[in-house]
Amino acid sequence: MSDQHIASAFDRDLEAIQARIMKMGGLVEAAIRDAATSLENSDEELAEQVRKGDLAIDGLEELINEEAARVIALRAPTAIDLRLVLTVMKISGNLERIADYAKNIAKRTGVLAQMSPVPDAASALRRMAREVELMLKNALDSYIQRDAELAEDVIQRDLEVDQMYNALFRQFLTFMMEDPRNITPCMHLHFIAKNVERMGDHATSIAEQVVYLVTGDRPDESRPKADLTSETAILDK
Amino acid sequence: MNQMTALEKDVDTNEIKINASNVQVFYGESHAIKDVNVQIEDKTVTAFIGPSGCGKSTFLRCLNRMNDTIDICRVEGEILLDGENIYDKKVDPVQLRAKVGMVFQKPNPFPKSIYDNVAYGPRIHGLAKNKADLDEIVERALRRGAIWNEVKDRLHAPGTGLSGGQQQRLCIARAVATEPEVLLMDEPCSALDPIATAQVEELIDELKQNYSVVIVTHSMQQAARVSQKTAFFHLGNLVEFGETGQIFTNPVDPRTESYITGRIG
Repeated sequence: MSDQHIASAFDRDLEAIQARIMKMGGLVEAAIRDAATSLENSDEELAEQVRKGDLAIDGLEELINEEAARVIALRAPTAIDLRLVLTVMKISGNLERIADYAKNIAKRTGVLAQMSPVPDAASALRRMAREVELMLKNALDSYIQRDAELAEDVIQRDLEVDQMYNALFRQFLTFMMEDPRNITPCMHLHFIAKNVERMGDHATSIAEQVVYLVTGDRPDESRPKADLTSETAILDK
Repeated sequence: MNQMTALEKDVDTNEIKINASNVQVFYGESHAIKDVNVQIEDKTVTAFIGPSGCGKSTFLRCLNRMNDTIDICRVEGEILLDGENIYDKKVDPVQLRAKVGMVFQKPNPFPKSIYDNVAYGPRIHGLAKNKADLDEIVERALRRGAIWNEVKDRLHAPGTGLSGGQQQRLCIARAVATEPEVLLMDEPCSALDPIATAQVEELIDELKQNYSVVIVTHSMQQAARVSQKTAFFHLGNLVEFGETGQIFTNPVDPRTESYITGRIG
C-alpha cells in the first residue's frame, strides 16, 4: 500500500497532527525528568518550570483533539487512517495525564525541601521515574516507527515499575512506624511514588494504542499487574 | 481468499440467499470477472465497492441474468438462488427477474402514469386477481418506496413528471411491487441530492427486513452506512468480502486498504 493519499491535503493534515504529538511527547518526557531532578536536588526553580510548562502541554492536547475532530468531520477517515486519528486522540490524553502527574510531583518539591530527607527515597524515586521516562520514550518511538513489538515490550515493563512502587510503599510504611515525624514527608513521597506508578500505566496505555494502530487488534493478554499495595499491611507487633 | 470465511465468523449468519461459485464473465475476449465466489445472505444489505471497471456492476447483473441481453457476454460458473441454478435452461429469465428485482443508476420510469409504472410488473406476472387487488398492491409498493404520501393524490399523473429523487423511489416501488426476494441496486443514489439519498438509504434499511439487498456504490460512505456486508472488487477479482465494520476499520488486504483510505494503490 502506498503511504500517500490521492488528496495530498489529507496527508498534510495527518502530518501536522503527528508533529504535534511528537512535540507534546518531547515536552512530557522533559517534564518527568525535570520533576524527578527537582525532587532529588530540592531545586524549587526547576520545579516551578515544570509547573508552568504544564500549560503548554494542555494547550497541545486541546489542539490535537481539535485537529483530530476536524479530520474526522472533513475526511471521514477509514481503516488505518481512522485508527491513527483514534490513537492520536487517546495518546494525547495519556500524555496530558502524565504531565499532570509530573506537575503534582513538582508541587510537592517545595514542602519536601523544608523537611529532613527520608533516606534513599529520592534516589529510588529517581530510578523509578527514569524507568517510566524510558518506557514513555520507547512507547513514542514505537508509535513513530509503527513497531508493535517494541510496544509489547513496553507493556511488559510496567511490571517492574509496579514492583518498584510496592517496595517504596513498604519502605514508607516502615519509616512512618519508626518515627511519626516521618509521616509528613513519607505521605508526600508516597503520593509521588503513586504518581510515577500511574505515569507508567499511561505509558503502557500509549503502547497499547500503538499495538491497536499497527495490528487493528487490542493486545490480547491482559497486561501483567503487580501493584500489591491494596493488600499490603505491615502489622505492629 | 480463503481467509474471508474466518472474517465472517463474528457476524450473525442469516440464511444464504445467493451462492455464487467460480463465476467468470467474458465480454468477447475480455475477462471481466475472474473466479468470484460469494455468498449473499438473506435479509442483509451487501455492498459491492471498487474502482470503475472493476466488475462490480457486471457481477451484479449476473445475479438476475441482465447480461443475457448482451450478445458477446458469456457467464461461466454457478449462481444458486435458494439452491437453484439461475443459469439452468429451465429457468425463465423473466420469472427470475420478478424474484430478483433491479434498480438502476438513473431513474427510468416508464412513460406512463405513476400508477401504471408500479402496476406493470404485477399485471404481467398476474399477481392481482382484480382491480381492488391491484390497487392494494400499488399502494403497498408505493408505501414501501416511501413515496406514497407524495403521490397518493396524483396517481394518474405521468411518472416522468416527478423530481429525480421521487422518480428513483418510484422505480424502487416498481421493483418491490412484484414482491421480489432479492433487490439489486446499481448506484441507486448517484443522481440524487443528499436528502433524496438519505430517503433511499432509509428505505434500503427498511427493505432489508424482507429482502436481500445488493447495492453497487461508488460512495464508500454509503456502503459503510447502509450495508452489513461489503465486497471489494478490483480488476475483476473479488479481493475481500467481510463484515462492513471490519472492512472499514481493519481490512485484511492492502488493496482494500488503499482503496477505502483513498491512497494511490
